[in-house]
Amino acid sequence: MTSRTQRKLFIVVVLAGITLAGFLTYRALQENLLYFFSPTQIAAGEAPKRTFRLGGMVLAGSLKREPGTLNVSFVVTDNVHSVPVKYSRVLPDLFREGAGAVVIGRLNDDGEFIGEEVLAKHDENYMPPEVAEALEAAREAQGR
Amino acid sequence: MIPEFGQLALALALCLALVQGTVPIVGAALGRADWMALARPAAAGQFVFVAIAFGALEYAFLNDDFSVLFVAEHSNSALPVFYKATAAWGGHEGSMLLWIAVLAVWTMAVAAGSRSQPQEFASRVLGVLGIVSAGVIAFAFITSNPFTRLIPAPADGNDLNPLLQDPGMIFHPPTLYVGYVGMAVPFAFAVAALLTGRLDKDWARWTRPWTVVAWLFLTVGITLGSWWAYYELGWGGWWFWDPVENSSFMPWLMATALIHSLAVTERRGIFKSWTVLLAIAAFSLSLLGTFLTRAGVLISVHAFASDPTRGLFILGLLAIFSGGSLLLFALRARNFEAEGGFKLVSREAFLLANNILLVVAAGLVLFGTLAPLIVEAIGLGKISVGPPYFNLVFLVPAVPLVALIGVGMHTAWRTMPGDALLRRVRVPAIVAVAIGVVAPFVFFDAASVLTVLAVSIALWVCASSLLDPVRRLVQRTGAPLTRGQVGMCLAHFGVGVFMLGATVTSAYNFERDFAARPGDRIEAGGYEFVFNGVRSVPGPNFVADEGEFELRDEGELLAVLKPQVRVYQVQQQPMTEAAIDSTVLRDVFVALGEPLGDNAWSVRLRVKPLIGLLWLGSGLMALGGLVAVTDRRYRVAVRKTEHATAQPAPGAA
Repeated sequence: MTSRTQRKLFIVVVLAGITLAGFLTYRALQENLLYFFSPTQIAAGEAPKRTFRLGGMVLAGSLKREPGTLNVSFVVTDNVHSVPVKYSRVLPDLFREGAGAVVIGRLNDDGEFIGEEVLAKHDENYMPPEVAEALEAAREAQGR
Repeated sequence: MIPEFGQLALALALCLALVQGTVPIVGAALGRADWMALARPAAAGQFVFVAIAFGALEYAFLNDDFSVLFVAEHSNSALPVFYKATAAWGGHEGSMLLWIAVLAVWTMAVAAGSRSQPQEFASRVLGVLGIVSAGVIAFAFITSNPFTRLIPAPADGNDLNPLLQDPGMIFHPPTLYVGYVGMAVPFAFAVAALLTGRLDKDWARWTRPWTVVAWLFLTVGITLGSWWAYYELGWGGWWFWDPVENSSFMPWLMATALIHSLAVTERRGIFKSWTVLLAIAAFSLSLLGTFLTRAGVLISVHAFASDPTRGLFILGLLAIFSGGSLLLFALRARNFEAEGGFKLVSREAFLLANNILLVVAAGLVLFGTLAPLIVEAIGLGKISVGPPYFNLVFLVPAVPLVALIGVGMHTAWRTMPGDALLRRVRVPAIVAVAIGVVAPFVFFDAASVLTVLAVSIALWVCASSLLDPVRRLVQRTGAPLTRGQVGMCLAHFGVGVFMLGATVTSAYNFERDFAARPGDRIEAGGYEFVFNGVRSVPGPNFVADEGEFELRDEGELLAVLKPQVRVYQVQQQPMTEAAIDSTVLRDVFVALGEPLGDNAWSVRLRVKPLIGLLWLGSGLMALGGLVAVTDRRYRVAVRKTEHATAQPAPGAA
């Protein structure tokens, strides 16, 4: 192969790779992006039917267990609006009332959020940044 | 006083790094041997002062000097002495000092190993390493000084994050850093080649062992991290596509591409520009990884904006190193003529495909890692790109990449008739596909198309890697394999083993959460678990609830598993310590959750078939690299120099 055809081949292969990569990325992103919504956004009807991430504070005193089972319910709030959450797997180490949490799941028809995964993987002072901002936004909206 | 000594030593190291980064390079440009000769003493001096600084920080940790802010934040008098020593890299400032120390070690190694190379070239390499070192020391000094005092000193420290109180923490960060920072060496070789304007087969032969050593440490470091996450983060996953993981994985992909591209440059004198670009990209991704993990951008773009000093500094360094080297590349690249061509069916073509697929994979991972930051920065809302994205987009380049290994290994350089190639790889291919189709159904009763495909490819790579060594051992014909070839076979065999483990453990993973009461028998994943209850166990700086589970197979007791939930006294943070029973064929994994009331505890049970192959496969890849760098052609160069220095020129005496 001469160096000229070699270069052409190289360019064609690279372009094909980039096209394939772009297409795949587009498809994968379309299906797998998780958006974040706060209780206030949900109350405003902005949340979609599909899976998303809900974040806020776990309302103190709201954690209830069905004794002897994994089923729990708790309330996630941004101090303005609240969403009831149901969950039936092992809660992470750092999950506690009064602390921030992010829950992945979807809303059912009764307005309950059915959690598939609870994220709380940082130290006890850590506030998920989305949660901090959602709390701030809710506070400002109310103050106005 | 000791911390101040450390600080002073770091300042002196910075001065020497500046000397090392300027004088030898200018000397090389002016052709002054005395200026160039300054590179090695400057590097040695820098190494000594960095070692003093690191020693000072260790001294502060081991003596509980809580008047040092970094020590107060990351240690505690009750912390076991083991973890006091490793807490030095348990936070940002200390890890930057570790970064600097590792670079100093690499620089010393390069200074010692480059004596056989022309002085003009070696002094440029050391000079570039000096510039990198100066940049990073300045960063530590200005934005993240580990020796900052805390006056008045608190009575006791805030303790090390319980997650990091684990044996894995002793080895994982240093190993990873040796690999990560080691990417500076091929970068320095590439920039030196651009400065010299000479890039030939010799250059590739000098660069290659360094790259392989850095790569093998990166491989081991990433594996240790994955293993640590598997047993310590508690819930049994081994790869999360977390940005922190990605920032070490992207340089690994680039380094893998670089090793293969260097092979072509060394052997055939082509792919020169591409090799240089890969060396620059691998180091840039290492720096980008440092930026991502160290600047707070991952927590939030806004967290970054509120304290942008560190981030902007690293971005500045990234711009100078990558931008500068790319500019140099643009000016000099036309000097690098290809020394030959190749046909479509040839080793070169397969290695080209390998490179493109690896770079595409790295690009897709980079995109997924940065996308949330970009979307947030331009105000389009908050998104997260999770494992489903990465699993999908990574498989697409990775599956053909691994499949091509099996053919590429047996292809001749320059050109090879297609039917001859087919004849060589036919038998292992047929055997592998046959086993790949049958085995999943025999052992697991069900299989998806993707599982069959992946198992077949994995087995094929294994079989294909063994072809040459077995042929050599059985038939005893042909030339003996060089260590380079043996290393390649081992590493590729490791890729196959890894892929087999990853496929089977992902496809046939059993995982369920239970509510268990003492005395309960749980049938799960083909085993029987008897729960004997939970008792309280004291530890050095924690209190644990320890559960006891009997693992039984058809009544026979296999193991007693004791998972813990620890509460560390200082930080009051609960930590899950899973219990794992490992055999060659599977891991049984038990993690204890929390009391559920009514005497019940939440429990997670997992059975993970063939997960051990992940660590074995990665280990074989690293071992392959180790064998390859001991190849004769790299040793010959060293011996030649020893010979030359042992016998001074006749006229000298």
